[in-house]
Amino acid sequence: MSGAGENAIVAKGLNHWFGTGEARKQAIFDVNLSFRRGSLTVLMGPSGSGKTTFLTLIGCLRDVMDGSVRMLGHELNGATNATNEALRRRSGFIFQAHNLHESLSAIQNVMMGLQVHGRGLDKRQSREAAAHMLGLVGLADRVDYLPGNLSGGQKQRVAVARALVGNPEVVFADEPTAALDRTSGMNVVQMLKRLGAERGTTTIMVTHDGRILELADRIITLEDGHVVRESDGVP
Amino acid sequence: MTHLLERLLGRLPIGWLQLTHNRARLYSAIAGVSFANVLVIVQLGIAGSMTTATLQQYAYFDADIMISAEDANSMTEGGNVARQRLFQALADPDITGGVSLFVSNLTWERPEGQVLLQVFGIDPNATDFLSPIMAHKVASLPLLNAAIIDRKTRGLDAEMLGGIRPHSPETFESSGKTITLVDSFLGGGGFGTDGYLFVSDQTFLNLFAKRISGAPDHILLQVARGADVGAVVSRLRKTIGDKTLRIRSYAEARAQDLAYQNTQRPTGLIFGFGVVIGILVGIVIVYQVLSTDVAAHLREYATFKAMGYGHGFFLGIVLEEAMILAIFGFAPGVIVASGLLSILNAKTGLPVAMTGETAIMVFVGTLAACALSGAIATRRLAAADPADLF
Repeated sequence: MSGAGENAIVAKGLNHWFGTGEARKQAIFDVNLSFRRGSLTVLMGPSGSGKTTFLTLIGCLRDVMDGSVRMLGHELNGATNATNEALRRRSGFIFQAHNLHESLSAIQNVMMGLQVHGRGLDKRQSREAAAHMLGLVGLADRVDYLPGNLSGGQKQRVAVARALVGNPEVVFADEPTAALDRTSGMNVVQMLKRLGAERGTTTIMVTHDGRILELADRIITLEDGHVVRESDGVP
Repeated sequence: MTHLLERLLGRLPIGWLQLTHNRARLYSAIAGVSFANVLVIVQLGIAGSMTTATLQQYAYFDADIMISAEDANSMTEGGNVARQRLFQALADPDITGGVSLFVSNLTWERPEGQVLLQVFGIDPNATDFLSPIMAHKVASLPLLNAAIIDRKTRGLDAEMLGGIRPHSPETFESSGKTITLVDSFLGGGGFGTDGYLFVSDQTFLNLFAKRISGAPDHILLQVARGADVGAVVSRLRKTIGDKTLRIRSYAEARAQDLAYQNTQRPTGLIFGFGVVIGILVGIVIVYQVLSTDVAAHLREYATFKAMGYGHGFFLGIVLEEAMILAIFGFAPGVIVASGLLSILNAKTGLPVAMTGETAIMVFVGTLAACALSGAIATRRLAAADPADLF
């Protein structure tokens, strides 16, 4: 925990565009949002509404061009690579396409989520922590499988385990339940909800999965780069 | 292997896992690095044969100082030296002895083709001026037109040459003179001639009618035990006082000949160029292998970037791969190159071979080239944008 206030992320006057000159296309317009520590926020909106761009901006994956984003007490506009890398290590990312390393087994992929923190865990401890996390997502019997031998849903659960194994302060997730059945999907979201309550983990999730909305603390709808609606719980 | 690397690196050996995950790509990458090794080792072997061939001539003799003509850049080039210089040199208190050395080429016309021999003519009693092996052999040279031939002479039957003994000689004719081969020695042709022939100074003068005893090609001198060769050379330069002569220590003459062969003669330049090209091609091959591998894993690297891994981590993976390829590519490269050099040696008689020194040098060079190529290949990682993952 950084102890930098009750908001994990604060965006003020955030604008973002792609291209220059005639080809310039603005994707985010004057967005002002804050994300309370321990909360689970769902970002909604039609395709091309700017959800993903916004997620990459507040997740230190894209440079902030105009406006301010403070993440865990650090300003991202003008942040150095070192700052971005340090903040990414305090975050967990769950990608829709899971992006597992094909030559690493499930447990090795999850261990990569621990190794980045360099917390001095030895190999046995890392393996135990990774195996425990895989057990939590229901893959205790698949720890040594290569991604190529796992189903889409199983891969997604490995990606979830990888994102959460390092006890991140913020989790950014893009359609984390898209490849999962209802039970697995709800388990993952409940796990994120529980982490919020127990450890203060902030989750910001892009999803179209209506099943998740009932667990969200807050739902934000974006359209054409503008925040058009904010609500608590199911809209 | 995975566990060993994990212990060595203190992290998951991602480079190794990545390489072994796709066996076909791994084998082609190893083949590429091996090919680069073969290229460099063969080029070095050929270039090294120039050195070996040059130094071999000097190894037949045992001297401390050599006096040659000003234009004698090598053992076989240049004008003559007046024998009078030998007597002048002998006047120096630190000179214990001297001998005239005659050098020329002789053609042996055979039905199968010409054989060009480099002939050394020396007083057969001056055994102190010959290497131990040659000193032992020249005992039979006082007979007029007797000669000792190099068993590895190109174009001649090595078995036949090996069977030559004083009691079972072979003869051949050259320029109307009959030469009797009374013994043989293990030499190995250079680039200028097919092999070597040792004769007495008298036989030499008989074979080459235009040459005279008063004008040898070189004068070899020996100094007293403990004497400073450099000081004696300086003294001789002063006392002889002939600016048209090169008075050098024997070691200096050998080094200068070698430098001349490598930097002034076309063959030396071509071989040197071949080594440089071999190294460059090797670097390009390794770079291409690593660069392709980086490109194939860009999405995975982007994921690691998103997780907070820094450039050093990626450099570590690529260097790990580079080192693995260097090590695994080296062994087959050495084996193939040794085979090729052996074939080349058998076919040409040139002293082409891979020494242990060359192998170590190439291995270290391969590690360095792989590391350099790997470092350059990581530039492609800039294209791994974690923002594209969402």
